[in-house]
Amino acid sequence: MFRLIESQMVVPNIHLLTLEAPAVARQMQPGQFVILRAEDGGERIPLSVSDWDPEKGTLTVIVKNVGSTTDRLASLEAGVSIPTVVGPLGNPTEIEKFGTVVCLGGCYGIGSIFPISRALKEKGNQVITVLEARSSYLLFWEKKLKEVSDRLVLITRDGTRGLRGHAGRLAEIVQSSPGPVDRIIINGCTFLLKKGSDASRLLGIKTIVSLNPIMIDGTGMCGVCRVTVGGTTRFACVHGPDFDGHQVDWAELLQRRKTYMREEVVPLRTSRCEEHAGRS
Amino acid sequence: MPEPQKKKLDLNRRPMPKQPPEVRRHNFDEVALGYPAEIAVEEARRCLQCKNSRCVSNCPVEIDIPGFIKCIAERDFAAGVRILKEKNCLPAMCGRVCPQEEQCEQTCVLVKKEGQIAIGRLERFLADWEAGQGEVEIPEIPPPTGRKVAIVGGGPAGLTVAGDLIKLGHQVTIYEALHETGGVLVYGIPEFRLPKAIVKREVEYLKKLGVQVVTDYVVGKTKTIDSILEEFDAVFVGTGAGLPWFMGIPGENLNGVYSANEYLTRMNLMKGFLFPRYHTPVKSHKRVAVVGGGNVAMDCARTALRLGAETRIIYRRSREELPARLEEIENAEEEGIVFDFLTLPIRYIGDEEGWVKEIECLKMKLGEPDSSGRRRPVPIEGSETILPMDAVICAIGNGPNPLIAATTPGLEVGKIGNIAIQEETGKTSREKIWAGGDVATGAATVIGAMGGGRKAARSIHEYLCSL
Repeated sequence: MFRLIESQMVVPNIHLLTLEAPAVARQMQPGQFVILRAEDGGERIPLSVSDWDPEKGTLTVIVKNVGSTTDRLASLEAGVSIPTVVGPLGNPTEIEKFGTVVCLGGCYGIGSIFPISRALKEKGNQVITVLEARSSYLLFWEKKLKEVSDRLVLITRDGTRGLRGHAGRLAEIVQSSPGPVDRIIINGCTFLLKKGSDASRLLGIKTIVSLNPIMIDGTGMCGVCRVTVGGTTRFACVHGPDFDGHQVDWAELLQRRKTYMREEVVPLRTSRCEEHAGRS
Repeated sequence: MPEPQKKKLDLNRRPMPKQPPEVRRHNFDEVALGYPAEIAVEEARRCLQCKNSRCVSNCPVEIDIPGFIKCIAERDFAAGVRILKEKNCLPAMCGRVCPQEEQCEQTCVLVKKEGQIAIGRLERFLADWEAGQGEVEIPEIPPPTGRKVAIVGGGPAGLTVAGDLIKLGHQVTIYEALHETGGVLVYGIPEFRLPKAIVKREVEYLKKLGVQVVTDYVVGKTKTIDSILEEFDAVFVGTGAGLPWFMGIPGENLNGVYSANEYLTRMNLMKGFLFPRYHTPVKSHKRVAVVGGGNVAMDCARTALRLGAETRIIYRRSREELPARLEEIENAEEEGIVFDFLTLPIRYIGDEEGWVKEIECLKMKLGEPDSSGRRRPVPIEGSETILPMDAVICAIGNGPNPLIAATTPGLEVGKIGNIAIQEETGKTSREKIWAGGDVATGAATVIGAMGGGRKAARSIHEYLCSL
């Protein structure tokens, strides 16, 4: 069992959970993920890891409440334990001295881009971190990210902070950079990854995206996370999750992610009310 | 003169009571119900108790088969269990899923007469009888040797090694990547063929013997083999055939196309058939095609059928060549699975939202025998047909899981990415590391993996005693 030591909603509908998982925390590297279950009988879901402390043996995930499992995670209180936290899974993000790197995080990806910006900065890169959200009230961890970046740029869909628009504005950010940008790394929802890759393709800058397809075991056994990259089928859990954003078949990924769209919320509708009724 | 028999002994092999097909196709309860004690005793009495028992020499784990059968015939079931468990820690499982017709029962001298002794069913009978007694007998464990062995993967190979070594006084820890121990026994084989309560019971037995089990731990990721070796004297790798193969034909990434591993894991490990009580989502399909002809294909098809789909198996050779056990083929046929033999899928066609809606297939004919000795299927030109379908399960096999080989420097691999071992000992190219089961042999059977585990356990024990 893995004890939850911190649980808070950082902005509306986005939750931060810190868990005790010492064996996992000791090995964790930027870009890797864990699979967890919120309860016995629960679904296994993959989550990017946003921070960790190998000494304390803890790791932090940022979760957007979108389906039945994330809803249960969001409702957990500090002190309780969950049955599964397994990892670190996937390959770490490649961290080298590239020169200037733009790190773009949106939505829950604002969390998982943090350790990547931090590691790139430590390697001596010029790090431009870009945060994207629908509105200013959905931005978080600005201070934390500023500390590990040379420059922090904000984009909001409604223009209430920073640039108005979405990842498409990456082009201007790159062009306004004093020197050439050597690499772009994007974490967040599939839509953001695709938009960002579309924008950077025109700029001819290598772009790494962290893909987030459906997974079960996370060790290459089930094959549900298959994605087409450069015309070849790859398993995101063991070959990724990072891939070249200019090579990904986005239409296929978006379509595969929708497989259980209807079913994902069914347990929310069917079981929770009874549970609450039983409690009161 | 022997005294005249009151009733002539019925020499025929006793049939297994089963749920009728029209009932079982709507439930996930076990299909084969097991012998009642009387039938088991009758069946056991048919055994000739051969001096030179050819059944034993054809058992991968060398169970004293005539020995335990004699006990059943004499109604001393407890003694039978003891004999069985000397060589097999997992009899309830082997009795159910071993291909006895290719092993012990194949070489039974009665095979050509009244029918071979139903060894598997008798094995299952004893295991179930013991479970029904409540308290399970725990054998005496010798004093601790102080040696520590880590087992990577809690499937049939790993469980066998654990059982063998714990009984020799070594300290044993199993590391399992998933949240339940049992490997393919829990994620692959369906409830109606091997109830998960039985796997749990057998794992609990190992825990009672003192085996430590750590779940949710991916060796190669959470910790490498090399750092495990800093704490343990030896490691056994039994990580299975966890790499699903696809055919590489157009449309395989459409929604509704599954690997057998995904489909079965969703249903068995995650209990998808009980969705939404268990939360892992599953789709409800009307028409399902399963591609392949092995036991896994039968398991997938019979699962889909139970969830209400009209289900067919598409296989490129003929019924003769089906690699699945005859018993499973017959079960599938009785339940109403349609078989399309000599048929090869060449393309999956999707609808505008990316869901599979049709399969295009070619008809085949059998040509000359290939390297496997089976007649090679050859496509018939111009025989393309299109079948409407809303799900496809690809059950054409699995490769060995590459995770350990990729994260353990110096560990030699074979042609198909399997960990290379010496067959008789399970020794790998690295000192202190043994391997066995599907990760070493490629996808095979549960008992084959247990046999590999048995050999490795023997070799590990010798090594530990030499320290």
